[in-house]
Amino acid sequence: MSLSVWLGALEQGLLWGAMVLGVYMTFRVLDFPDLTVDGSFTLGAAVAAKLILSGYDPWLALVVALLCGALAGLVTGLLHTQLKVAPLLAGILTMIALYSINLRIMGQANLSLLRAPTIFTWIKGYAALVPLGPFLLGLMLVALVLVLLYLFLDTELGMAIRATGDNEQMIRSLGVNTNTMKLIGLAIANALIALSGGLIAQYQGFADIGMGIGMIVAGLAAVIIGEALVGRQTLVRALLAAITGSIIYRAVISLVLQLGLPPTDLKLLTSLIVVIAMAFPLVRRHLGLKTLRLRSEQGAAAKQSNEDL
Amino acid sequence: MLQLSKVTKIFNPGSVNEKSALQEITLHVQTGEVITIIGSNGAGKSTLLNVVAGVCEIESGKILLDGEDVTCRPEHIRAAWIGRVFQDPLLGTAASMTIEENLAMALRRGRPRFLRRGITAAERKMFREHLALLGLGLEDRLGTRVGLLSGGQRQALTVLMATIATPKLLLLDEHTAALDPRTARTVMALTERIIAHHHLTTLMVTHNLEQALRTGTRTIMMHEGRIILDLSGPERSRTTVADLLKMFGQASGNIFADDKVLLTGS
Ligand SMILES: Nc1ncnc2c1ncn2[C@@H]1O[C@H](COP(=O)(O)OP(=O)(O)OP(=O)(O)O)[C@@H](O)[C@H]1O
Ligand SMILES: [Mg+2]
Repeated sequence: MSLSVWLGALEQGLLWGAMVLGVYMTFRVLDFPDLTVDGSFTLGAAVAAKLILSGYDPWLALVVALLCGALAGLVTGLLHTQLKVAPLLAGILTMIALYSINLRIMGQANLSLLRAPTIFTWIKGYAALVPLGPFLLGLMLVALVLVLLYLFLDTELGMAIRATGDNEQMIRSLGVNTNTMKLIGLAIANALIALSGGLIAQYQGFADIGMGIGMIVAGLAAVIIGEALVGRQTLVRALLAAITGSIIYRAVISLVLQLGLPPTDLKLLTSLIVVIAMAFPLVRRHLGLKTLRLRSEQGAAAKQSNEDL
Repeated sequence: MLQLSKVTKIFNPGSVNEKSALQEITLHVQTGEVITIIGSNGAGKSTLLNVVAGVCEIESGKILLDGEDVTCRPEHIRAAWIGRVFQDPLLGTAASMTIEENLAMALRRGRPRFLRRGITAAERKMFREHLALLGLGLEDRLGTRVGLLSGGQRQALTVLMATIATPKLLLLDEHTAALDPRTARTVMALTERIIAHHHLTTLMVTHNLEQALRTGTRTIMMHEGRIILDLSGPERSRTTVADLLKMFGQASGNIFADDKVLLTGS
C-alpha cells in the first residue's frame, strides 16, 4: 500500500475523530445510546456545504454546522427528558426527521464542493506543507477538540454530566438536575458529530444525503477498538482511545478496500466488527474490553448473576 | 426544622396495584434531633425518607423544611438542605469516578455548577484531612476510582460525602445493613461522630432495635404507612428491646383490629 493511502487513512481518522468523540460522549459518558448521530453527521455536512456554496467562509460554515448539530442533540434530549421518550426511540425520531431537513438544506441529494474554497484548499495553498497540509490541519483541529473536551469534562459541570451517566440517583441527591445534564451532554456530542460531518464534506469535496448512514456503528467500532488498545482507566486515556480507534478503524477500512473488498460491503464489515466485539465475552476478557452494553444493562446482568448464585 | 403534615403517598393510584405507602403521616422534627425509625418490611420507612428528599411526589399533605414549603420542589432543589446515604453502597457514589471527584461533587451539593475547575488544590488538601479521619487509608488514594473500593469503604465515603457540605437534614436508610458486622460498626461509629460534631438533624432507618434505642434522641415505629409509636425523653430511656417488641405486637395488632372494625363497619 502506498504512503499516500496511509496518509489518507490517517487524515480521515483524525477528521472522523470528532464524530467518534461524540459517540464516546453519548454511549460512554452519558450512558445514553444516541442514534441521532446518523442524522446530525449529515446535517453538519449539509449545512457546511450549503454555506460554502452560498459564498460563506468555510470556517464559518464549520461553526454553523457545529451549532446545528448541538440543536439536533437538544431535540433528542428534549424528546427524552420532557416527553419521556426512550433514548433509542428519541434518537431515531430526530434522525429520521433530519433526513428530510437535510434534503431541504441541500435542495438535492448531493452537493459538490469541487470548485469551492474549503479549509483544505486553503491549507493546500501553503506549498511548504505539501503533502502534509490536510494531515496537520486535521491533527490541530482534533487536538483542539480533545483539549477543550477534556477541560470541559473536568469542570464542575463536566463532572456532573459524567456522574449523570454513572449514577443518576446519586448526582440528583447532590443537587444536580440530571435532565439539564443530559441536554447539555447530547448537545455537545452532536455538535462534535456535526463538526465532523462538516469537515468530512470539505475533505471529500461533497455532501451526500446518505453519508451518515451507519455512522453510529462506525463510531462504536472505533470506540471499541480504541478502548481495547489504549484502555479507559482515566479520562485522558479514554479520550485518546477514541481518536486512536478512529484512526485504526479508517486504516482497516483502507486496507480491506485495497485488498479488493467492494466499498458496498463496508457497512456489513463494520457491523461485524461490533457484533464480534460484543458476542465473544472471552475475547473481550482477554483484551480487557469492557462490554459494549450500557452500564444499566450491565447492572441488571450483574444482579441476575447474583441471583443465580 | 422538618414538618410533615398529613402526608399521604399512594403508589400506582387508581390501578390494581394501588398501594398507599404513607397514610396521613404527621411528624415534627426539631433542629438537632436525631430520630431513629423502625418498623417491619414494607412499613413505609424508605418511602418516608424518599418523600422528604423529594424522590417521589405525594398525593396530599404538606412538607416544610426549615419553615419553607418544599412540597412541590423537585429532588435536586431540596438536595441543598439534605444529605443522604442509601442502603446499597453502590447507590451513593459514582463508581467510574475517583474518590476526589466524588467528594468534589458532594462538596458542591445544592450549589449551581459552572465552568469552574471541578476540584481545586485547596479542596484536595481538605479531602485528604477528612479522609484521614475515616481511618481507612483512603487519604492516599484520592485518584482511585471508587468502583475499586470495598462496600464498607464506599459506604464510609458516602457518609463523608453526605456531610462534607454540612446538610440541614441527614437521611440514613439502613446504611449499614449491607455491610459485614465489623465494617457496619465502624461506619456506624463514624456516622455518630459526624452527627455529633455538626449537631446534624437526622432521620435514621434501622432494623436493629437495640441500635435504634441507643442512638439518637427519639425513636418512631412505623407500620403499614402509619407512625404507631413515638418515643422520646425518659420514657424512651426506660424502654428495652423487649418492650419495643411487645409494643410493636400490641400496636400493630391494634391497627389490625381497627382495620377490621373499619372493614366490618362499612
Ligand atoms: N416504587 C414503588 N412502586 C410501588 N410500590 C412501592 C414502591 N416503593 C415502595 N412501594 C411499596 O410501598 C410500601 C412501603 O415500602 P418501603 O420501601 O417504604 O418499606 P420499608 O419500610 O422501607 O421496608 P424495608 O424495611 O423492607 O426497607 C411497600 O409495600 C412497597 O411495596
Ligand atoms: Mg426500606
